[in-house]
Order: sequence, then C-alpha cells, then structure tokens
Amino acid sequence: MDKILDSILPWIPSNSRVLDLACGDGSLLENLQRIHQVNGYGLEIDEKSILECIKKGINVIEQDLDTGLNNFSDNCFDSVIMSQALQEMRHPHFLLGEMLRVGRECIITFPNFGHWSARCQLLFLGKMPVTRQLAYQWYETPNIHFFTYRDFKILCEAQKIRILHYDCVAEGYPDVYLKKIFPNLFTQTAIFHLSL
Amino acid sequence: MEVVHLTDPLKLACGYSLAEHVLCVETYGQLNRSKSNAVLICHALTGSHHAAGWHVGDKKPGWWDDVIGPGKSIDTDQFFVVSPSNIGTCHGSTGPLSINPKTNSTWGPNFPKLHISDWTASQRMLMDHYKIKCWAAVVGGSLGGMQAMHWSVTYPDRLLSAVVIASAMKLSAQNIAFNEIARRAIKEDTDFHGGRYQEKNKKPLRGLALARMIGHVTYLSDLSMAEKFGREVLSGDFCNEKLESVKFKIESYLNYQGDKFANGFDANSYILLTKMLDYFDLAREYDNQPSSAFRVATCKFLVLTFSSDWRFPPERSREITKALITAGCDVTHAEITSSLGHDAFLLPNSRYQQIFSTFMRRVASTLER
Repeated sequence: MDKILDSILPWIPSNSRVLDLACGDGSLLENLQRIHQVNGYGLEIDEKSILECIKKGINVIEQDLDTGLNNFSDNCFDSVIMSQALQEMRHPHFLLGEMLRVGRECIITFPNFGHWSARCQLLFLGKMPVTRQLAYQWYETPNIHFFTYRDFKILCEAQKIRILHYDCVAEGYPDVYLKKIFPNLFTQTAIFHLSL
Repeated sequence: MEVVHLTDPLKLACGYSLAEHVLCVETYGQLNRSKSNAVLICHALTGSHHAAGWHVGDKKPGWWDDVIGPGKSIDTDQFFVVSPSNIGTCHGSTGPLSINPKTNSTWGPNFPKLHISDWTASQRMLMDHYKIKCWAAVVGGSLGGMQAMHWSVTYPDRLLSAVVIASAMKLSAQNIAFNEIARRAIKEDTDFHGGRYQEKNKKPLRGLALARMIGHVTYLSDLSMAEKFGREVLSGDFCNEKLESVKFKIESYLNYQGDKFANGFDANSYILLTKMLDYFDLAREYDNQPSSAFRVATCKFLVLTFSSDWRFPPERSREITKALITAGCDVTHAEITSSLGHDAFLLPNSRYQQIFSTFMRRVASTLER
C-alpha cells in the first residue's frame, strides 16, 4: 500500500476532490486527507470495511460498483481512484469509462497477471497461479477478470484513453531491476494514471 | 419531563407570530462543562418528547428507547440528549389543544399553519434555554431527518453533525396522496365538526383511527406483514361463513392500532402536521437545487436508509447523499437490509446499531471536554 501511495501522491493535487472506488478500510483516503487535505469519498460494499471507514472519520458511501456510477454527475471529481479492484468488477471496461466520465483523471492499480511467476505456475505446473498479488485459490477468488499490463494498455488504446503516467511495483530480485525493461514480465502491481 | 417557557416571540413561516410558546422536553445524560456534548432529537410525525426510558404505568418505553440510553447508539454516558415535543403536537407543547391568548379558547383548527422551519426555529430558542452553543449532533428519522437537514442549512455553525435516517428532501406525490386520504378520513367523520369537536365535547375517533390505519400500513412492508401476520385467521371458519365471517389477524391488529392512536392523538394536530410534511421541500428556496442548499452546510452527515422502506425508499436517501457530495459535504451513507419497512428506524437491527454507534462514538471523540 505504501509503495502505491508513494506513486500516486504526486498525481493528486492538494485540496482536490477525490473518489476512491472500493476504498476498503479507508487507509488510502486517510493518507490523502492527511498529506494533501483532499475532499475525499470512498465507495464500498463490504460491511466491515464500511465500519472501519466510519471509525477513521472517512466519508464512505455504501454502493455496488457493478451498478455503475450514474448517481454522480460528469466531471464532479478531480481524480477517481480504483486500487486493486478492477479485476473484481463485472464489466471493467464499462466502469473505466464511468470513472473517466465522473472524474477528470483516474488512477487504476491492479495485480499484473503477466508476471513471470504467474506465467511459470501455469506453464510448468499447469495450475492457476497463486501469488502474493493473486492470493486466492481459483474456487474462492473474488477476481473474475485476469489481465496483464499489456492487456490493459491495449484496452486504453481501444477506448482512446490517454496514459498520463505509468508506474509499477515490484519487489525482490530480479523484478526490481527488470521491471522498467520488461514491464509485462516483471511488474507485480501496475499503476496507471489516465485521462480522456 | 420539563415544561420550558420560551418567552421571545416566534415568527412563523406563515407570517403569524407566537408571542410565547412552551415546549415539553425530556433530557437524558449530563451536559458537560463546556456544553459541547448536547444532542437534539427530532421526532417524527406522531412522536413526542418521551423518547427514552419508562414512565410510571408505561406499557412501552419511549419511542426511541432502542437507540437512546447508556451504552446505546446515542450513549447517554457520553451525550446530553435533548428531546422536545415540537409545536403543533398534542403532548403538552403549544399546539391546537393550547389556549389562544387572543380568544381565551383552544386554538383547535385555527392553529397557525406550520413549516419545518418553525420547528427548527423553536428548537433554536430551546438551545439558548440550555445555553448550548453548538449541538454535537442533530438526529432524526423520517420527518426528524428533515429537521436535521434543515438545521444543517439554516444554522450551519450550530451543529457538528447531522444524522438523517429513513428520510427525504421532499415528499413524493404518493406520500402526499396517502396524507390526503388520512386527512379526508378525519374530516369526513361526523364528529369532526370542521375541527371544532372540542367545543361539542366530541372526538372524531373513527376518522382518526382510519387515518392511522392507512398510515400504519405505509410504515410496514409487504414482507414484514407477511412475516408477522400472514393469512392467519383470528376467528370464523371458511367452511361455515353463515355464522360468522372470517376475520384475519391483520384486521384486528390494524383496528387495535387505529383505535389506540385515535384515543391518544389530536385530529387537528394530525391534519396540521401532515400538511407540514407535505409542504417541506429542502431545495425550494435554493432554485430547486438540493446541492445549492447544502453548500452552506459544514457539519458531518450520516445518511441511513432501509431496504424495504417504501414510504421513504433508499432512492430518496441516495438523492440526499448525491446532493451532499455535489456540495462537498462530509457524508457517510449506508443502506441497511431490513424487512421492517419505514418503521425499521425505530426498531433494533444489529448493523443499523453498529453503524449508528460507531458514527456517534466518532462524534464524541472529537468533542471538547
């Protein structure tokens, strides 16, 4: 989380309006409020996470993202963030469009299914990968869409979405050295900063 | 119970001015030294100052006893809770049953028309009576939620948080329709006498009972009625209807509720208050833009709604939250799954209590001691 926060902090102006989709326990918004004094709102459906947000004093709205964001008007946020949840959405491409309608910019982070360890597990063991980023067995995973760094770039091109910045989180050898050269193979968590 | 005499004139929205008025108030808990821990309870249509605890001879505790008390969502070990009966009601505060000083007889049907702004203005005077500068929270369900919203935009620097439960920024046509059916039921009662029933020593009990029965159905849900009553038969036999027609349990329940209410409530009050509810429209003075209304609000909001509420359905609360977000206000919004309809806000529900308590604890933690 800290690495993701470090990456996205420079992309979020102080005092801006931020919507965090699937905000979890509100940690990211809490940090953004503390550091950048943002006017932030989180959307969440998990009951425990909602309570955690209320404890922290984070603005949290109970809302199912699969129904879209039609209760928000166009461009009513400076940034819309979705961290580690796009792979759980029923219609990721639809939601991506919604995020860019509601916000001027959006930030997406997701686990890269193209990481070499995932590829190796499928190739050599013939099993669905279980990694630190994809930490579920196939039958219990909330992740219903698996995609790679490259897949996501292709989707952005197809939907005419501009990639303002890209960053990747990778820990351990050789990933930290090779992530810049072969991002699709060595990125563990991909971070995209987008606008239309 | 305390009877508070407010001796400053209260100018009503209709233009009439009440030279003085009284409010019956119950308080729970202790006001702290810096007077920062006061919570205002705003009652709904037929509520009263008796929100919590038991009175001698009570068969039931106060109407929100599940919420207000030591260790409950509104924790009286933390907060000083102020619960008035508002003007126009019939439980001792100034209303249609009071004496009009100009005529020396009861106001009856001539009590001035009320708006929700008159209630909040009177509550604002009550605040001075207790020397409270700022409410820690203004809290209410249904019509009570409307008062909380009105507080937030009318006296923005006088409250730190607003809890708006099972409420709406204005009534729908269907809501108004149900209210009009209720009013007509009362007026058609031959004992109503144009509202002057007191002078004739009568009470329009049948009309008022009918009004309540209609209202009561809208406070429940199809599911909760099915769960509680189903098609259970109280008396009679489907095979032998010559002797006695079949009577369902729900019929007897509704009749009982209607009669009980009619004996404890005033018909002129019921007409007055349902009209007040119909008139309310938070955004009317703000170009019909709810977000413009909330732009002056500075308090933190908690908006709660219940899945089976069809009187003020979840969509109404979503509209409130949308307006609050557009206005940049701090808001937490949760939708509680419940089969109990509109009445759910009065009844125990573990998730409802958890969220409410957590929010109120957060409010308490930010207060000056």
